[in-house]
Amino acid sequence: MEQTWKNAKAVFAGALGPPLFWLVLFFLIPLGIVWIYSFGQNQGLTEISFTGTFANYARALEPLYLKIFLKSAWVAALTTFLCLVLGFPVALAITFAPPKAKTWLLLLIMLPFWTNLLIRTYALIAVLRTEGYVNQVLGWLWTKGGGLATLVGLQPLPAFTPLELLHNNFAVVLGLVYVHLPFMVLPLYSALDRLDRSLLEASLDLGAGHLRTLALIVVPLSLPGILSGVLITFIPALGAYLTPDLLGGPDSQMIANVIERQFKRANDWPFGAAMSFMLMYLTFIAIAAQGLLARRAAGGRS
Amino acid sequence: MSRPRREAPGPLEYLRRWPLRAWLAMVAVFLYAPLITLMAFSFNDSRRNIVWQGFTLKYYEKTLHDAVLLEAFGNSLTIAAVSTVLSVVLGAMAAFALWRFRFPAKPAVDGAMALPIVVPEICMGVAMLVFFAKVLPWPQDLPWPLNLGAIIIAHVSFSFPFVAVVVRARMASFNRELEEAARDLGASEWRTILDVIVPHMTPSLVAGALLAFTLSLDDFVITFFTSGPDTVTFPVKVYSMVRFSVTPEVNAASTLLIVVTVILTAVALRMQGDPAAAAAHGAPDKKS
Repeated sequence: MEQTWKNAKAVFAGALGPPLFWLVLFFLIPLGIVWIYSFGQNQGLTEISFTGTFANYARALEPLYLKIFLKSAWVAALTTFLCLVLGFPVALAITFAPPKAKTWLLLLIMLPFWTNLLIRTYALIAVLRTEGYVNQVLGWLWTKGGGLATLVGLQPLPAFTPLELLHNNFAVVLGLVYVHLPFMVLPLYSALDRLDRSLLEASLDLGAGHLRTLALIVVPLSLPGILSGVLITFIPALGAYLTPDLLGGPDSQMIANVIERQFKRANDWPFGAAMSFMLMYLTFIAIAAQGLLARRAAGGRS
Repeated sequence: MSRPRREAPGPLEYLRRWPLRAWLAMVAVFLYAPLITLMAFSFNDSRRNIVWQGFTLKYYEKTLHDAVLLEAFGNSLTIAAVSTVLSVVLGAMAAFALWRFRFPAKPAVDGAMALPIVVPEICMGVAMLVFFAKVLPWPQDLPWPLNLGAIIIAHVSFSFPFVAVVVRARMASFNRELEEAARDLGASEWRTILDVIVPHMTPSLVAGALLAFTLSLDDFVITFFTSGPDTVTFPVKVYSMVRFSVTPEVNAASTLLIVVTVILTAVALRMQGDPAAAAAHGAPDKKS
């Protein structure tokens, strides 16, 4: 059993002291300062006075910024949904794979996860841009198709205009799905892996089809795991900076881009601080909602 | 239970059904095609980077002679190495304390330790920016490793809670009778920790170190906000290159980093033994 800290004060202090000190000094205090700034006001170029004003929050709720918040939440939700749809069959296949294949499939999912985020985003740019490989292939097919059309006596096709695949919302969602897919697959896998297989077999034996077994047995039983996968994908997608910055166009800004601009270019720290904390509160709301839903999902069964 | 190879798929052998196989193949193409084209075209003898013009290594030569890029790469590896060591030590200590002791305000400490894991990167980035601008201004002209101090501190702050989670998961499987036996046989508190508890932790320390190293090497956002104008890390450098255009030099540099990642992963998996568990990052004793 756990022992009380009084029995070994030296060991306790020696073990907890340094990490707690680090956490307070290099994490909680910096966040606290940002929090205080969010109630402050710009005074001249670098001075910030703490006036206890809520003006920054009021500004963050103006339609212009509210729209960006809603849009970010929508993009993150769409990303999460697509990851779930793409990832669930993958997790299912990994779960019921023989041990050797399981190892390789997990590696297959993990390796992009370990690869640098910037490099993966860059790889997508190279694929999607106007002179990118997707447009190359499409253009090639177009000219071949055109050649075929003239062969059978049809009008020749007009020249191929490359698709605009980059710098729009489509690219942002695609990029976010690309980056976050492993985040979804791994928790799904660990949830499915814990399922009692005899329940699935019983359902199949009793005549339910695979889809019905999935819908009525697998999904309800693994619901807490599904919810944690949803959360683990949704949170980083909501706060994504790099993907909308590099793949998005002028209208695909997300919260993180607005925050970055306040701190780096617009130099309006109090407002940026308020936006950061709005994002943080949204994150905490998402976590609380997940906790509540997971508890209900677990409680409903017992 | 081993089934003969060529039989109709068993009821739960989803991997042997073609729709799932097709799905897996599609996802694999989605995940890997961009990376593989990126790597392939780093060998392409053409600036325009589109049509294959023949094999060349000249972009690697260029990359390896690019002093700024090399410095950035060296900085990134140094930051990752130092912050990994610190994160593993701090993370193991935190995990040990939270696993071992009952103390007042434990839920609060527990929650605070989880905070760096859930707080959005951008929020942590601006917190570090403000901290190092207002509270602890990091001198600009320090000699090399010291000028990286601010970035290292930021990286430790977001890495060590991950290490703590991994180590704590491992400690859950510790048999406390071992510790009692050691104490009965006369070992002191510290002796017990060093000879009984730390060896049990070791696999999770390796997994945690790998995680911390990758997190550090991967981080762009927090470094972007923490670094001064003179300290450039590899992701920050690549970011400024990518903003301009897609060039074979970036392809070559990216390929080098991917190769480093793959080698690291392979080494870590070998050290860990069971790759399936290692791939799941840190539940090394979960044998299903």
